[in-house]
Amino acid sequence: MDKVMSNKKIIALYVLPALLLIITLVYVPIVLTGYYGLTQWDGIGERTFIGLANYSKLITDSLFWQSAFHSFLLAIFSVISLVAYLAVSLVLSGKIKGANLFRKIYLVPMLLSSVAIAQLWIRIYHPTNGVMNRFLESIGISNPPLWLADTSIVLFAIFIPIIWQYAGFYILIYYAALKNIPESLVEAAKIDGATPLQIAYKIKVPLIASVIKVTIVLAVVGSLKYFDLIWVMTEGGPNGASEVMASYMYKNAFKMNDFGYGSAIGFFLLLIALGVTWIIRKLTATKEEIQY
Amino acid sequence: MLKKAHSLLLLSVALLLFVLSACGDADSDSNEDSNGGSNEGETSGVDGDKEAVTIDFMHLWPAGVSAGQNKIVNEIIEQFEAENPHVTVVQEVLENEQYKTKLQVVSSSNQLPDVGMTWAAGFLEPYVKGNLFAPLDGLLENGFGDTFVSGTLEAYAMDDQTYALPLELNIAPIYYNKAIFADHGLDVPETYDEFLNVVETLVDNGVAPIALGNRDRWTGSLWYMYLADRIGGSEALNTAIDRSGTFENPKLIEAASETQNLVNMDAFVRGFNGLSNEEAKAEFLNGSAAMYLMGSWELPNFTTNEEIPQEFRENVGFFKFPTIEGGDGNIDSWVGGPGVGLFVAENSDVKEEAMEFVKFFVEKWGEQSVTGAGVIPGTAVDTSTLDLPQLYIDVLNELANASNITLFADVQMSAGVAETHLNMIQSLFGNEVTPEEFAQTHEEALSLEE
Repeated sequence: MDKVMSNKKIIALYVLPALLLIITLVYVPIVLTGYYGLTQWDGIGERTFIGLANYSKLITDSLFWQSAFHSFLLAIFSVISLVAYLAVSLVLSGKIKGANLFRKIYLVPMLLSSVAIAQLWIRIYHPTNGVMNRFLESIGISNPPLWLADTSIVLFAIFIPIIWQYAGFYILIYYAALKNIPESLVEAAKIDGATPLQIAYKIKVPLIASVIKVTIVLAVVGSLKYFDLIWVMTEGGPNGASEVMASYMYKNAFKMNDFGYGSAIGFFLLLIALGVTWIIRKLTATKEEIQY
Repeated sequence: MLKKAHSLLLLSVALLLFVLSACGDADSDSNEDSNGGSNEGETSGVDGDKEAVTIDFMHLWPAGVSAGQNKIVNEIIEQFEAENPHVTVVQEVLENEQYKTKLQVVSSSNQLPDVGMTWAAGFLEPYVKGNLFAPLDGLLENGFGDTFVSGTLEAYAMDDQTYALPLELNIAPIYYNKAIFADHGLDVPETYDEFLNVVETLVDNGVAPIALGNRDRWTGSLWYMYLADRIGGSEALNTAIDRSGTFENPKLIEAASETQNLVNMDAFVRGFNGLSNEEAKAEFLNGSAAMYLMGSWELPNFTTNEEIPQEFRENVGFFKFPTIEGGDGNIDSWVGGPGVGLFVAENSDVKEEAMEFVKFFVEKWGEQSVTGAGVIPGTAVDTSTLDLPQLYIDVLNELANASNITLFADVQMSAGVAETHLNMIQSLFGNEVTPEEFAQTHEEALSLEE
């Protein structure tokens, strides 16, 4: 087996199928999108090359920056919610009764499709018949908020199901990482008189730092390109109040027939995601790898 | 052992490649069936004295969701093939959104089907500019053009040439719940003041007057369009859109502020800006809202649809948008317009047969669509010979008496301006812009296109 794997030609042969797939399905479209972004194209007729005109329009497009602001806001909320996920995982990974059951309960939203979740929350948020407003009315609030119609709260109303949706995923990752910490370390700390809080803070969290870094990147990049739930629930409305970069891109390309501009937004979104990933990696870089 | 592992890996690679290539094959096959055929259309076989040809026909009425339409389509195709034995019509059926996407994709590689469906005005424009649709004026000679309801063909025309023939025509009346009106002693309003009185009475009695799902935005646009028509006359909005007039016309600004007046009176259901049209329709269907302004495509739900309680269906009536005192509008002027129409691809190899098929289809469709599918066709319908629910007959008669039909604003506009218009509608209803800003933003968007 070792001999097979050390033969360069054979390595190349085995890598080839996957490489071809990823090139044709991922990298070629990215390059093409970059090229379309330099053209004026309605998606139907002729393409005309216009250089960087789409990008200069993008830089001054206040609607785009508004949607970018919403995307970054979502990223910030996602990262903050990671703290809550981590806390839940710390509790679950301790020896408490029913941890297994709770772990499964938290995982359920992840098993639902985004569209189903969106439909569920549209009903929860219904202005007159929704569970949310029925509850608020029953405790005496006479004029409950119009969750999806009020431009000042619609964005946050949508963040809640998004954060709920991904809870299970991150809790699962943290839980697995925490379970990997050798029992002996925790026991040694206990013998030395460390409180559970100290164990969590000073031993468990530092030991899974590398996993936490990965989840931060996942949460930020996932938020920047987030699309589906928002599209189903509000289509970015009312009047752009819940527009994010991906929905703005979709609107331009498919609703307004401006494929050139849509492609430019898509390519710019890719650059932003790459840049942010790089910055996060720089900020969270540590020299020493903790080992156990 | 080593050899075994090696060959096992090799085998799996070979398998993977085989599966992949099989996928590829299947793909290219289906492409050939659906759209590639338009280029290689006629092939083998001679029938009588004519060469056998194939017409590729793409439409959006699947047997499941549009059972009535689908049945008629199949019958028409059978008849056409029986009368023209050398022609075979191959259908490709997709649902609405997928249809739009597919049409866009195949047109960018210039592989449109020989005959397909398109929407009017703004949707049609890029296809015509890209030289993808064939002009159909030749078909309209010898009186065929006169069978269409006046004003409908124009929606598919650019530069004095018609590029598609309509299959659907709709107007938007205000449906109302007779039971709710009777409970509160209300009559059908004929003037706008009476209408405001109806709204006020319902609000005072805790009934939501109007179901509106303005998340979809074109729904709110209907209300603005009617107010614009009743205040400024049928030309005010049209001229503003085609740039011979302006949105800063005081009458259009008045229409916008009247829209906000309705909002401030609580005329619409709570949270309308976050509700979809389907959710709003549910409010009307379950009797919690008294009125609903919507296209005549909803008629089956109020007449023949067995899924909706008969008691409710018997209680639905409609009225025309009332006239406003001092306004220039006519009560017989409607907001509405044609839905889908048939086009022939410019690069079709079987253009002659395709044209014949389109003409045949439109004629036969007009005879059956109301009774068979509940769809009002673009051609005039003779109500005296048809056995129809009364509500249909009333709407068809109104259609025959219509003094004008103003095409839906978002359909009239190009896609980019329509997006601005729809966003502005949502803001106007949400009281986030003033009527003046509403007008100004439209002006800016339209002037960018000039």
